[in-house]
Amino acid sequence: MASPAPKSPEQSEKSKKYDRQLRLWGDDGQVALEQAKVCLINATSTGTEILKSLILPGVGAFTIVDGKKITEEDIGCNFFLDADSCGQSRAQVATQLLLELNPDVRGDYVDENAEVLLENNPDFFNSFTVVIGTSVPERLLILLSKKLWNLDIPFVSCQSYGFVGYIRLQFTEHTVVETHPDNEIPDLRLDAPFPELKQHMDTVDLESMELKDHAHVPYVIVLYKYLEKWRQANDGRLPQTYKEKESLRELIRSGILTDEEGIPQAEENFEEAIKAVNYAVIPTVVPPEVRKILDADCCVNLTSESKPFWIMAKALRDFVEGEDQGRLPVRGSIPDMTADTHRYISLQQMYHSQASKDAEVVFKHVQQLLHQLNQPPDTISEKDVRLFCKHAVNLHVVRGTSLADECVAANRENIALALENPESTMIFYIMLRGVDRFFAEYNTYPGEFDNQVEPDIAKLKACISKLLVEWGCGPFPKDDYVHEICRYGAAELHSVAAFVGGCAAQETIKLITHQYKPLNNTFIYDGITSNTATYVF
Amino acid sequence: MSSGETPDNFHYRWNHVRKILERPGPFCHPNEDRSVNVLQFIMNTCKILVIGAGGLGCELLKDLALMGFRSIDVIDMDTIELSNLNRQFLFRRKDIGSSKAEVAAKFLNSRIPGCVVTPHCCKIQDYDESFYRQFHLVICGLDSIVARRWINSMLVSMQTYDDDGELEESSIIPMIDGGTEGFKGNARVIIPGISACIECTLDLFPPQVTYPLCTIANTPRLPEHCIEYVKVLLWQKENPWNVPIDGDDPSHVTWIYEKALDRASQFNIQGVTYRLVQGVVKNIIPAVASTNAVISAACSTEAFKLATRCFLPLDNYMVFNDVDGIYTYTYEAERKEDCLVCGQVQRTLTIKRSGMKLEELIALLCEDAELQMKNPGLTALIDDKSRTLYMPRGTIEEQTRANLKMTLEELGLRDGTQLVVADATSPSTAVLTLKFVPPIDVEMQ
Repeated sequence: MASPAPKSPEQSEKSKKYDRQLRLWGDDGQVALEQAKVCLINATSTGTEILKSLILPGVGAFTIVDGKKITEEDIGCNFFLDADSCGQSRAQVATQLLLELNPDVRGDYVDENAEVLLENNPDFFNSFTVVIGTSVPERLLILLSKKLWNLDIPFVSCQSYGFVGYIRLQFTEHTVVETHPDNEIPDLRLDAPFPELKQHMDTVDLESMELKDHAHVPYVIVLYKYLEKWRQANDGRLPQTYKEKESLRELIRSGILTDEEGIPQAEENFEEAIKAVNYAVIPTVVPPEVRKILDADCCVNLTSESKPFWIMAKALRDFVEGEDQGRLPVRGSIPDMTADTHRYISLQQMYHSQASKDAEVVFKHVQQLLHQLNQPPDTISEKDVRLFCKHAVNLHVVRGTSLADECVAANRENIALALENPESTMIFYIMLRGVDRFFAEYNTYPGEFDNQVEPDIAKLKACISKLLVEWGCGPFPKDDYVHEICRYGAAELHSVAAFVGGCAAQETIKLITHQYKPLNNTFIYDGITSNTATYVF
Repeated sequence: MSSGETPDNFHYRWNHVRKILERPGPFCHPNEDRSVNVLQFIMNTCKILVIGAGGLGCELLKDLALMGFRSIDVIDMDTIELSNLNRQFLFRRKDIGSSKAEVAAKFLNSRIPGCVVTPHCCKIQDYDESFYRQFHLVICGLDSIVARRWINSMLVSMQTYDDDGELEESSIIPMIDGGTEGFKGNARVIIPGISACIECTLDLFPPQVTYPLCTIANTPRLPEHCIEYVKVLLWQKENPWNVPIDGDDPSHVTWIYEKALDRASQFNIQGVTYRLVQGVVKNIIPAVASTNAVISAACSTEAFKLATRCFLPLDNYMVFNDVDGIYTYTYEAERKEDCLVCGQVQRTLTIKRSGMKLEELIALLCEDAELQMKNPGLTALIDDKSRTLYMPRGTIEEQTRANLKMTLEELGLRDGTQLVVADATSPSTAVLTLKFVPPIDVEMQ
């Protein structure tokens, strides 16, 4: 009955468990995640929600630092503190309950206030991949920010305050090779085909083909043929204006075979070529963002300390300057298109083998550079270089700013500009900074106690006015928001914490895996209207 | 526990939620009523239904319970699988094979004292209006579009109108719908009869990726084409176990993998991997804990707003994507006047040519982006008499099968004929009016 079962390509338990996420960040991303150690300061609801979304996908290890004892309010909004834990160590209980989520993850805790820990054990944070702080008061925030900036460890600061959420990422520099863009323009080189491709396309003779063949030539070749014709008639230029592109489309349309009655046949490949005029007929150049990376000082002037990303960037720069006259390595993949198998696969292999050749050249540069820099030759593998070349057009570098600097002197143009619109989400940033200032002055949060709401409104308003004067911004137009923030009285609502926690966890995963573009650098969630905004400080 | 009073022995537990509910604020819902005890209402009166106890459902249950809701029902027919554990955080390895709804309910009830989650291990279609009537709010965390459309249609059909034709507010059960795919998601609020329903915006769902049969059979180019070839053509022909394909049976997947690999090497196609084969065979949608957490949180916040009136709810659609930074976009999806489910105007179906066969009409109902029917059964009102044209199931299928090859004209369908359509996407039938546009001779000068 059953045919002999072929042997199963062994899938590990782990790859089965993580299957749905491996389809996003791949095995390499997973390895990076499993090697990461994260530290959470304060096991608030936001904090444990962040850890939850890191532990489930299998982060290597976590440590919770929190000196607080659990209150009833904590239990009311935090899923990882159980009902009988009142009065116990918040760090300890949260660690225990979080560890139940995934046996692959290690976790421990320090039942101590982070500020005291930082003082007694200044090297404590040195070994973490990322440090996350939730509801950290400004004074400690500044200390941590400076410490982690100097250690070059990314820092994620988050808060859920009533219906408002806040996430700030701090890193000195963050590099991404795999950005996974939603829409990618294919790298076809039709303006400047490499010799093998040109030769291949030149041998195709559309005119002598019968319909069946004619309708199965990949659109890339069709487009190239008519583009060449168009260029011959137009001093070798590429069509640029809408009118010029339209005339190229017309030219392609004229090539569609007709039946005896002169009615055009259905040739999908020609339709695809016509559609592709817009995005595929463009000069192959180094995009400005990548140019900036190649021209960066840390790329041009490598040192023995340089990281692999920058060594590969320099090798890429050498390639662009040398072998390929201002062009990046060929990506090596083409989209699917109407074609017969043989023609499609030949074309695909053409691009693929050129990509391999280009990557090989870049790899040679890398090896030379490693040698010159006295770094071990296995620092960067050929596989790393291939990946780097494949994604060269989407390379992404962000240079961060220090949170400590921001606390001392925020980006006032940013704030002033946003204040011109009284409905701007920026208002919540100002409010949260006002709350920090309030806490620094009074050691409580505005509206924390029921009988203090009214007097706190005036006090918070004064704090915010002072801040705005310091920033050189005009007076604050709306008292409503001050009132609203005092209503919250530092309430942490679970659904807001869960929103912020989910977002912050994914940003942390981006920082760990160096895949996908992280937030730059401040995110505000307004739960009242369900809007969000991102600002650069 | 008596239901009238808070059986909480923790006096301060809900202090965070209380601040929002008991203190006045400048941005409150304009119709907010502070004379009632809102916290008492959500804790003791408000009944919520969560549909789905998967990636979104687990999160929804936790979020709702920690916002103060204590009477929650959850429906899910599925059992727990290993690949759920990377995000469905109420489940452990030992729970594999057990009912999602039951395990989730048990976990919640033991972690949060006073919270009563009632599990239903069944399909939503197993219950009728009398079941759905008991809830104040329905929240969906589904991956199935058909199930979403069904419950949407059910809730819309439960609305009642008074003698003046005005919608009766007490008959409205708001629906909150969440959806995720990888790093993308959406959360929306549907007030049946007032804001856009699922059916109004059906074209928002991306069409399923399909490959033309001739490509699969004759000109494969992608590894997916080779896998589809084995799945669609070779399995039927060779049928190694004499059963339909079971994507969860490793020997099935392995067989497809090996055969697809053969075909790929025959055509020189690279990239057939076991993971890809699984993905294509089971139509796997990537999923990660964080996106589910975010979307569920957004849905729960809206549930809290709707139930407590502490703020106006989202109006009415939020899109989320954290591939590049964190992007959200909030907008008002619009109602469709002739929506098949909630529209006030009857929908017309334009037939552009004569001689259309019934089977072509059925294909049209399935392919139209705004209708997307699954397996419609058709009845027509001809001369005030109801005539069954086609029913996709049972003995009546055999009796009506011959009609498929007949033209609409032969079946007696005319301009203005009302077509009654029954489909899996709705618990009730929909009526379409046929409009025949005479074929125009396209004579270009």
